[in-house]
Amino acid sequence: MDITSGSAHRRIGRSSATRENLAGWLFLAPVVVILGLFMLLPIVMALWVSLTSWNGQGSPFTGRTPFVGLDNYTRLFTHDDLARQDFMTSIRNNVYYVAIVVPVQTVLALGLALVVNSRMLKGKTFFRSAFFFPSVTSSVAVSVVFLFIFANSGAVSSLLGTFGISSPEWFSDSRGLLHLLLSGIGLVDGDNPPAALTDGGPFGLSWWDWLSGPSVAMCTIIILVVWTTSGTFMLIFLAALQDIPVTLEEASLLDGANRWQRLRYVTLPMLKPSLFLVLTLGLIGTWQVFDQVYVMSQGNPAKTTLTPAYLSYRTAFRNFDYGSGTAISFILFLIIVVLTLVQRWVMRERVADAGPRTRRSS
Amino acid sequence: MPVNTDRTANRRPADGRSLVSAFVGYAVLIFSALVFLYPFVIQIANSFKTEPDATANPLSPIPHPVSLAGYDRVFFGTDLPLWLGNSLLVTIIVTIGRVFFDSLAGYALARLRFRGRRAMFGTIVAIIAVPGVVLFIPKFLVLNQLGMYDSYSALILPVIVDAAGVFIMKQFFDSIPVSVEEAARIDGAGVFRTFWSVVLPMGRPALITLTIMSFQGTWNEFPHSLVAVQSPSLFTLPRGLADLVSGSLGVGTQYPLKLGAAVLATIPVAIIFVVFQRYFIRGANEGAEKG
Repeated sequence: MDITSGSAHRRIGRSSATRENLAGWLFLAPVVVILGLFMLLPIVMALWVSLTSWNGQGSPFTGRTPFVGLDNYTRLFTHDDLARQDFMTSIRNNVYYVAIVVPVQTVLALGLALVVNSRMLKGKTFFRSAFFFPSVTSSVAVSVVFLFIFANSGAVSSLLGTFGISSPEWFSDSRGLLHLLLSGIGLVDGDNPPAALTDGGPFGLSWWDWLSGPSVAMCTIIILVVWTTSGTFMLIFLAALQDIPVTLEEASLLDGANRWQRLRYVTLPMLKPSLFLVLTLGLIGTWQVFDQVYVMSQGNPAKTTLTPAYLSYRTAFRNFDYGSGTAISFILFLIIVVLTLVQRWVMRERVADAGPRTRRSS
Repeated sequence: MPVNTDRTANRRPADGRSLVSAFVGYAVLIFSALVFLYPFVIQIANSFKTEPDATANPLSPIPHPVSLAGYDRVFFGTDLPLWLGNSLLVTIIVTIGRVFFDSLAGYALARLRFRGRRAMFGTIVAIIAVPGVVLFIPKFLVLNQLGMYDSYSALILPVIVDAAGVFIMKQFFDSIPVSVEEAARIDGAGVFRTFWSVVLPMGRPALITLTIMSFQGTWNEFPHSLVAVQSPSLFTLPRGLADLVSGSLGVGTQYPLKLGAAVLATIPVAIIFVVFQRYFIRGANEGAEKG
């Protein structure tokens, strides 16, 4: 810009503001175009498709595609058919999956972080990397490895064999853990469950089906996922642990707190924000399990590893019922959003009351 | 280990206890490290075994005899070399694209005053929160509608920018002082010039983190390739590997072959992980903060 006359001062100011305005939008343009085209537009298009019964032929945006309103959504809850049964089964499977994976990976990650962070031990960097490494590898590749490890003649069965335990046929075992437990303690007869439980239940699944627990096959996916994600969450805890001032720990030592008391009353309260972060991320992530199901089980055996994410994929791309598949993915979206909001809300309360307590204890 | 020379006797029990707890600590660490790393040992070892050996001794870390038949079949009996090439191509283009476009956008959001900046930043944060899994079918719909389905551009374009990367770069540019840029601007450098030759060179740590996160994320990406392409000649490595496993191989379990392919899919990220560990760790924590 050339400055020739003194009276141009104001104009320069304005034109440089215009220039910055333009530059800002130019800088942002690629991101806006791509995200608009491949994130926002797809969502709008999918909302439309979820209201139709498009079968993949031609374009869904012409008048010829039958419009069915909210049928794709309501059918999943009210129609007594296979689609609802599959959907409810997938919800059940995922609920059990979340209920086990989230607490286990959180506790494991916290435990690993505490051990790795211990000041007496050497070789921290190595162990930290060892625990984190599975998280950075390809989910498909590690799924292949776990297929081999849990295969009928695989590593797990030969490991269990050396202890004289016979291993189940992991990937073809559809028995639910809760069923096994209930018949194991003799509460019910697993082969002949009480009619009170099998006769009816909400949403087309009997109470007995709802109470199955995760299947043996699902356990392999649970183990795989815990193994891959714990390392990432360990890093979050580790970062928080390193932020705890040493003086705080020294003060509690002077007060005569033992190790357990120190963990319970000093460390854990300081970790509360990270704890809730890990729980939130865990909750969001576990409802999206897909890659492992695709590679390891495709929803089998007996649909006990079917999850909503996989079901929506299968419904659309294998059964060509795009409307219903899209509806399932929006319901999944809603589940995740609601859970996140609930978690955020709980977190705000908890974090707020963790504050003064930690201040008192310092 | 603390070394006490002339302390009173009543500290001794505490030392004994800390010795025990150090021992327990190491035992826990070593056991966990085995659990976390041994699957990779199994993966590598069995990829060098013959099929009967892999079936008979899946746990053994030593192939007996060492066999390259699995790799031989991977390279000459499947399309894997092609998938490897596709993965490399897609990963490199996407990584370069993300680093460039994300830092441009991050810089604009951090520094440039333009109308709608706040709204755009809010939108980006909202997009980060959209769970990827619900976008499978929508992405397919848009690719199909635009006539891009089953092409390289379908593999690359939709993922060439990412909202999380924009967020990370914005946070980074917020954290560096403005004074240097102001000096450059006063010297008459344009906005892009200032960004390119003054700001970006200062951003090396953040750029490396973003490069590594993009590389790792794109290399491992599976569901996107599932909804973007269907011709085996366009498969990326994870997609091809999933295809091999789901039974396109024909007879037998062929685990040495599958594990060999899995090893090849793991190696590039493993190497980068070993070399750039601290950036991975930084990336994991920054990725967490956005949540």
